[in-house]
Amino acid sequence: MVRYVERADNLARLIDVNQQLLLDFESLDSERLRAFWKPIILSNGDEELFNELYEEAGSAEVIRFLTHDRRNPNSIVSCIVLARENARTVRDQLSDELWEELNSLYLSLISPDAQQQAEADPGPFYAMIRRSVMSFHGIAASTTSRNEAWDFMNLGRHLERADKTTRFLDIANYLPGGEDGGETGAPGVLHWSAILRSCGAMGAFRSVFRGEITPENVVRFLVFSREFPRSIRYCLDLVDESLHRISATPRGTFSCEAERETGRVLAQLNFGSAGDAFDVGLHQFLDALQERFNTIGNEMFETYVLMPERVQSRPVSTFTPISTALAWHDEQQQQQQQ
Amino acid sequence: MVGCLTGVGVVFQTDGKLARLLLKERKPRRRMFEGYDPGNFYDEMFAAPGVVRDHCQPLFERFNNLSESDFLSRKATSELYFLKQGITFNVYHDNRGTERIFPFDPVPRVIPAHEWEHLEAGLTQRLMALNLFLHDIYHDQQILRDGVIPRFYIEQAKHYRPEFRGVNVPGDIYIHICGSDLVRGADGTYYVLEDNGRCPSGASYLLENRNALKRAFPGLFDSLGVRSVDSYPRDLRDMLHHISPRRGDAPVCVLLTPGCYNSAYFEHCYLAREMGIEIVEGRDLIVADDVVYMRTTHGLVRVDVIYRRIDDDFLDPTVFRKDSVLGVPGLMSAYRAGNVALANAVGTGVADDKVIYYFVPKIIEYYLGQQPILPNVPTYLASEEEDRKYILDHLPELVVKAANESGGYGMLMGPSATKAEIAAFRERIIADPRNYIAQPVISLSRCPTWCDGAMEGRHLDLRPYIIYGRDIKIIPGGLTRVALTKGSLVVNSSQGGGSKDTWVLRH
Repeated sequence: MVRYVERADNLARLIDVNQQLLLDFESLDSERLRAFWKPIILSNGDEELFNELYEEAGSAEVIRFLTHDRRNPNSIVSCIVLARENARTVRDQLSDELWEELNSLYLSLISPDAQQQAEADPGPFYAMIRRSVMSFHGIAASTTSRNEAWDFMNLGRHLERADKTTRFLDIANYLPGGEDGGETGAPGVLHWSAILRSCGAMGAFRSVFRGEITPENVVRFLVFSREFPRSIRYCLDLVDESLHRISATPRGTFSCEAERETGRVLAQLNFGSAGDAFDVGLHQFLDALQERFNTIGNEMFETYVLMPERVQSRPVSTFTPISTALAWHDEQQQQQQQ
Repeated sequence: MVGCLTGVGVVFQTDGKLARLLLKERKPRRRMFEGYDPGNFYDEMFAAPGVVRDHCQPLFERFNNLSESDFLSRKATSELYFLKQGITFNVYHDNRGTERIFPFDPVPRVIPAHEWEHLEAGLTQRLMALNLFLHDIYHDQQILRDGVIPRFYIEQAKHYRPEFRGVNVPGDIYIHICGSDLVRGADGTYYVLEDNGRCPSGASYLLENRNALKRAFPGLFDSLGVRSVDSYPRDLRDMLHHISPRRGDAPVCVLLTPGCYNSAYFEHCYLAREMGIEIVEGRDLIVADDVVYMRTTHGLVRVDVIYRRIDDDFLDPTVFRKDSVLGVPGLMSAYRAGNVALANAVGTGVADDKVIYYFVPKIIEYYLGQQPILPNVPTYLASEEEDRKYILDHLPELVVKAANESGGYGMLMGPSATKAEIAAFRERIIADPRNYIAQPVISLSRCPTWCDGAMEGRHLDLRPYIIYGRDIKIIPGGLTRVALTKGSLVVNSSQGGGSKDTWVLRH
């Protein structure tokens, strides 16, 4: 559930920022426009589907595909529909307020005039989605007991967020060569700042790197920062913490493969540097991370849903029936298809 | 139109802006119940045209003084509540369609205290007798030996489970949650229309109808002396604890659901959450050495009580339907061994059989030595020679029902049926008389209901919820279902029915 919400949020950020970015470029012909949007579709791994459904690849088509198209399982609307469906199955675990927030977002997105509204005035529309998701997280944080349900939610959210940050960064690899002052073939400052903005990271970035926006600094920040809540390292740290809270084993050890893989990735991030990423090539580096996130997700499923049966002899204060755990994890299959 | 002028005056006191608007237009305002025609039926609010029943007087005044726009905005508030809670259904049976709520009428149905006492006494008596009957049927079958009910009616009952004869259930309680449908005839007499002793649903609607009405009309409840319905989930949980076979402070109770695609899934989640118990699917439970365990993220946890919302047929594929994937293999042997309690018990469906319904007044007399407090609707059994002749001769006037259908299915409404339908039912009755009963058409009572711009009378029934644990508790209220189509007597939600909040008054 939270993974879908997180995904919808990230898409809304991405579309919004890139629309604004388009305003910075003068005289874009359709060829350039196409080249500009292409990475966004690629970053979601939905290129084939898009080509199948649309002939044109102008802004309007791409935005519709990513926002309202229910045929695209990763569009914002599809994500919120699935998140709400998921929430319905674990409704007994959610606070009323949390359900109402998600359901309200759902109702406003599927309302007949939502699409018109988005096309006529996209700014407020995407801002509404982001605000609603923020409320969702805020309500979750202030109304959910810190039990297993919370740990599973947290885990899903941060795994998704880490994944999406890799995809934001990966956009740089597909961007057309800059006219905006950068050397030919390399994404320019405008692109990198767009990526920072889509992560809501501009202010935080500036306060750390007062100087120029360079690819190294952006990677340093969005991949390796210990402090920024959307950096991959920060997210993985929380994934690791949640996993160990669920299994009640000390961090630094492991009781299942999910914990082991998370620990490995985390070690790489803890002791690595931006140089490592550029040595192997940023795209390959990010690609490898995405694969490992998938492994973590799959291993969790193995451990907590397909686990071998053993009788709990001591009374447990907190536990989650398997079908509920499964509902928290339904995102898995979706993720694997990408 | 003197009444209308005072109407404006009242509005002026409570809502100046609106009154100014009305005064500007100089248009006399219509009162909510103006011109309401109770018709030739028992009306819950009006004793005669313009004559309000005493216990409805305060409610009548509140509603009658509302302006139409105020009423409509409050109605919209209640509808928004259902929408936000997600108590909805999809129009196109997929997730592309618009969400719709179940129709809810804001005008409540009011039951005065003395009527409720009568209903409570009658329902308590009936549920006690039904439980004694089920215990007897699944043990010595004294009632059959004494010839009160012909043996073949039991043995041919679709939901009779002879394989469970001799199995003891905690406290000898079989029907823990009962939803008996009540109707009122032309003179206001309450009749029992049918008993639902398997998995009666709808309690969450009862609770949410109240919540919705509270949002739309805050302040209405305190002053009018309406009894609260909040205790239902607590009573339900206490009952589940009571029937636990393991003595201890905290028995593990679970609600067994067919899954999130079931149309009652909202209710399952709602009740589980309100009771603070886990909601599980069949795949969450396993049986080892005749003990039921729940599979959790921390291994297996022993389960003591299952509030099951799955029919007998699907509970255990090793005993009942082999193709059921909803159930739990081995559950029945754990149940027989007394290691887990089920609410309701297995085999209660025999009491829901509409042929057995015919015998309930005799059952009450047989076990309790009392006259039934709440009468049955007069019923003819197609398998009795004389009755069958009567039924076949009077089909256009009767309601014919299949013995084991519900939800308004398998039913013939004689007066509104076509000749072909009547002929088809005649064939079916002759071919399988055991499966049919017939009843005269009851002209159900009516209650004012908002229909396209005016209050009109619509027919309704009442489903109270009765819980049998340590003792018998009846939630003071119930689910009032209303047939929204003009003239219709069918209240089922699948056939154009809506619902109303049900008020039981303190005095």
